[in-house]
Amino acid sequence: MMQDTRQSSSRDPLLRVEHLVVEYAVGGKTVHAVSDVSLQVARGETLGLVGESGCGKSTLGRAVLQLRRPVSGRVLFDGQDLAAMHGDTLRQMRRRVQLIFQDPIASLNPRRRIGEIIAEPLVIAGVKDPRKRQELVCEVLSAVGLDPGLVTGRLPHEFSGGQCQRICIARALVLNPEFIICDEPVSALDVSIRAQILNLLEDMKARFGLTLLFIAHDLAVVKAVSDRVAVMYLGRLCEVGPSEQLFARPAHPYTALLIEAIPVPDPDVRPAESVPVGEPPSPMSPPSGCRFRTRCPRADQRCIDEVPELRPVAPDQFVACHHPLIATG
Amino acid sequence: MATLELSIDGDVAVSPIRRTRRLGPLFWAAIAWMSFVFAAAAFAGLLPLPSPTDMDMLERRTPMSALHWLGTDGLGRDELARLVYGARVSLTVGLCAPIIGITIGGALGMLAGYFRGRFETLVVGSMDVLLAFPPLILALAVTAYLGQSLLNLTCILGVLGIPAFMRVARAATLTLARREFVIAAQALGATHARILLRELLPNVFLPLLAFFLLGVAITIVVEGALSFLGLGVPPPISSWGSMIGEGRESLEIAPRLAFIPAITMFLTVLSFNLVGDTLRALTDPRQGAL
Amino acid sequence: MTEPALLSVEGVTVDLPTPRGNLRAVDHVDLTIGAGRTLGVVGESGCGKTMLSRAILQLLPKKAKLSGRVMFDGQDLVRLQPERLRKLRGRSLAVVFQDPMTSLNPVLTIGTQLIETLQEHLELDGVAAKRRSAELLAAVGIPAPEQRLTQYPHQLSGGMRQRVAIAIALSCEPKLLIADEPTTALDVTIQAQILDLLAREQRRRHMAMILITHDLGVVAGRTDEVAVMYAGRVVERAPTPELFKKMRMPYTEALLAAIPKIDAAPHTPLPAIPGRPPDPTRPIQGCSFSPRCRYAAGRCYREKPVLADAESPGHQYACFHPIEAAAGVCA
Repeated sequence: MMQDTRQSSSRDPLLRVEHLVVEYAVGGKTVHAVSDVSLQVARGETLGLVGESGCGKSTLGRAVLQLRRPVSGRVLFDGQDLAAMHGDTLRQMRRRVQLIFQDPIASLNPRRRIGEIIAEPLVIAGVKDPRKRQELVCEVLSAVGLDPGLVTGRLPHEFSGGQCQRICIARALVLNPEFIICDEPVSALDVSIRAQILNLLEDMKARFGLTLLFIAHDLAVVKAVSDRVAVMYLGRLCEVGPSEQLFARPAHPYTALLIEAIPVPDPDVRPAESVPVGEPPSPMSPPSGCRFRTRCPRADQRCIDEVPELRPVAPDQFVACHHPLIATG
Repeated sequence: MATLELSIDGDVAVSPIRRTRRLGPLFWAAIAWMSFVFAAAAFAGLLPLPSPTDMDMLERRTPMSALHWLGTDGLGRDELARLVYGARVSLTVGLCAPIIGITIGGALGMLAGYFRGRFETLVVGSMDVLLAFPPLILALAVTAYLGQSLLNLTCILGVLGIPAFMRVARAATLTLARREFVIAAQALGATHARILLRELLPNVFLPLLAFFLLGVAITIVVEGALSFLGLGVPPPISSWGSMIGEGRESLEIAPRLAFIPAITMFLTVLSFNLVGDTLRALTDPRQGAL
Repeated sequence: MTEPALLSVEGVTVDLPTPRGNLRAVDHVDLTIGAGRTLGVVGESGCGKTMLSRAILQLLPKKAKLSGRVMFDGQDLVRLQPERLRKLRGRSLAVVFQDPMTSLNPVLTIGTQLIETLQEHLELDGVAAKRRSAELLAAVGIPAPEQRLTQYPHQLSGGMRQRVAIAIALSCEPKLLIADEPTTALDVTIQAQILDLLAREQRRRHMAMILITHDLGVVAGRTDEVAVMYAGRVVERAPTPELFKKMRMPYTEALLAAIPKIDAAPHTPLPAIPGRPPDPTRPIQGCSFSPRCRYAAGRCYREKPVLADAESPGHQYACFHPIEAAAGVCA
C-alpha cells in the first residue's frame, strides 16, 4: 500500500501547504500555534499528523480549512489557494474538504434530528429535491453501518459516542468530498469502539476514494491508518516520512522520545526509566532556534541559534534537526 | 470490511427521560390560572358584564351582590368588570413589552455573541448605557413628554427590557458558538445567517423563552407600579395597578377594592414565574451528554 | 499471599437509583491488595471502575446504596464512623484523580492546599508544614518548588498539576494510593514520567497502589496483578504476566487485540469488538459480554458466570468458554 509520495510531477499532491503561519492573541500575548509549516498530501494517501497537546496540529487542521485564518502562507487544494479565498468561493471549496472532530457528541446540534443534520450539507450545497436528499442520507448512513430507519428521527443525545462518530462520518461523506481532515476522531472513544471507527475510516476511504489527513496524539493509532506520518512539536514539523520507516528508525530525537514513551501491552517490556526531560515550553514563548532543544539531550549552541530546516535523511524521510539520529546525506 | 455494530434497536436509545414527571401540580395550577385570566381578558366583550366605565354615584362602594359580583368602586363602577378589563391592559402591556425586548434584545444578543469583536463591544456598551438610566424616571420622562397612553407605556417598558434579553441571548450564544457543531456547520460552508437561524436559534430559544415569561411577570408588576402612581395608563382605562391606587382611598370602608386587584395581580405574576422557572429548569439538563 | 491483605473488598455492590431505573454500577466485586503491591484495574467506560474506587473511599453520591465490606487495615470502612473515616482519608488512604484541573481548588494557591492537608493530618505548625511542602514538591519533580507554593493551579501545566495532586496525596505517607486514570488527560511523554514517579514513590514508601485505567499498555509493565472489569463485575483477575500470556476471558483477549500496536504494519485491519459496552440500566440476562463475544453459546445467554479459579494460583476468570490455548501477547 505504500505509494510513491515523492514530489514527482506525475502526480500532483491534492493538498499542499506552504509556509503556513497561524498565530492568535490570548490575553495580551501571542500564541505561535503554527510556525512555517510546509507539507503535502498526495491523492489517495493518508498523512498522519502526530504531536502532543499544544503542538499546533489541530490548529493546522483548522487553518487548512480556513476556519482559522492563517497569518501567512498558502494552502493549495487542487492547485487553488484556499487562504486567498473568501465568501462564496471558499464556501464552494469547502464541500470538497470535510472535517471530523474529536468530540462526536458535541459536533452534533443537540436540538436537531439526525436526518436533518446529515441532510444539512446537501441543503447548503443546493440539493433541492427532498427525496433525493433522503436517498443520499440513507445511503450514507448505511455505508457507515447504521440503520437509517432507526436513526434519522432521533436526537444526538440518544446515541453513544461511537454511534455519534459514525453519524459525523456520515455527515462528512454525504457530499462525496475528496479530502477529509480527521481531528482526533477516536481519542474520546472507548478502546473497543476505537478499533471499529478506525476500520470504518479505512473502509470509507477505500470505498469513496478519499484522501485523509489524520491528526492524533496516539502514535499507534496514527501508524495503524497512515501511509506517511508527520511529527509536530510546538508549531514546527520535526520529521516526515513513511509510517513503517519512521517508526522503525526515527531520525528526530523527539520522535524517538514519543515512541519510547508509548506504553506497550507486553509485561516483559519493562518501561525504561524515563529520563526526566521536563515539560514542553509554552507556545506563547517558544525557544529560539530548534524548539525542542530545551528537552533534547543532543542540544548544543547551534540548536539555540539556528532553526533547523527539513532535510532528507533517508528515502522519502525528512528531518528538521541539526543532530539527527540518522546521519543526513 | 468495516465491523458493523449489531442492530441498534434494543440498545440504541433509551427513550429520553420523560419530562412530564417534573411538572408537578403547582405547574398545572399555574397554567390553569393563566389560561383563565387570558380567556377572561380575551372574551371580556362577550361576558355578561356591565361596562367598566359606567359610573353610578348612588351605588358607590356597595358590597358584593348579585348585581355587582364584586361590588362597586369609589365611583360606582362595577369592580368585576374593571378587573376583567384591567386584566386586558395588564396582560397586553405585560406581553407586548417583553416581545419588544425578546425580538430586539434577543437578536442583538445573538449577533453580539456570534460575531464578537467591535460589534459586540458596541452592543454591550450601549446596553450598559441604557441600563444606567433609572428605569422609572425614564418612564416618567417619556410619559411627561409624549403623554400617557397604552402605546407609549408599552414601548418604554419594552425598550427598558432590551438589555436583559440581550444579556441572556448573548450568554447562551457565547457558550454555544464555540461548540463543535457550530464549527462543523462553518466547515460545511453554511452562511452566517444559516448558522444563526438553524444551529444557534433553536438552542438559544428555550432559555430566552423561559426568561420571557419572567419578563412578563416583571412587566406586569412595573406597569402596576406606574399605574398605582398614576403615571401608567390614563383614566378611565383601568389596570390592576390603577385599581389598587384608587382602592387606597377606600381601605377602611371597602378594603376589597384594593386587595382584590392586588391578589389577582399576585396570582398572575406568580403563575408566570412558576412556568418560567419550570421551563428554565427543563432547558438546562438538556445540554448534557449521555 | 503471606501477609494479610491491606485492603480487602468483599462482595461490594453499588446501586444507583436513576429516572430510568436502578443502575447497578458495581456488581459483587471482590478484590484484595497487599502492602507494597500494585493492582491494576482495567476496563472501559461504564464498567464500574470509578464507582468502585469511590466505594472504597466511601465517597459515593448520596443516593447510592452500597452493600458488602471494605476491610482496610482491619477496619470495615463501610461501617466506620464518619469522623474516623475522615481521619483515615488523606492520611492512610489517598487518591489521585484523572483531571488535575478539577481536583485542585482553583482559587487556592498550591501552597495553601498542601499545607492544609499537612496541618490537618500531621498537625505540623505553619513553618514546618511549609518546609515539608517544598520538599514534597521537589520530590515529585517540580522545579523551583518554593516559587510554586505561591502559584495557582491555572498557572501550571497539566503535568505539573498532576504532580501537585500526587504530592498532596503522598504528603501524609499513605498506606494505599488509589490512582483513578491519573494519566489519561496527559500527553504520552508526561504520562511516562508521571507513572515512573508513582512507581518510584511507591517503592520508596512501600505503599500499595491501585492503578485504574482503560489502557492495557499502562498496566502491563507497572503492576503486579491486574483485574479486568466489565459491566460492573470483575471478569478476570491474574498476576500481570499471567494475564497477558495466558488470558482466559474472551473480553481480555478481544480488548488486547483491538489496541493498535506500534510494531504492526500500517493498514492492518484491527480485530474490533462488535457492538458496544452495555447500558448499566438495562442488565443483560446471562453473561454481560455475550452479545459481543465470538465464542458465546447457549449457556452464556442464560446464566451469569462466576469467578472461578484457573490452574495457576492467583488467576481467576468468569467464563463458560474460556480461551484454552495460551494466547500470544500481541495478537
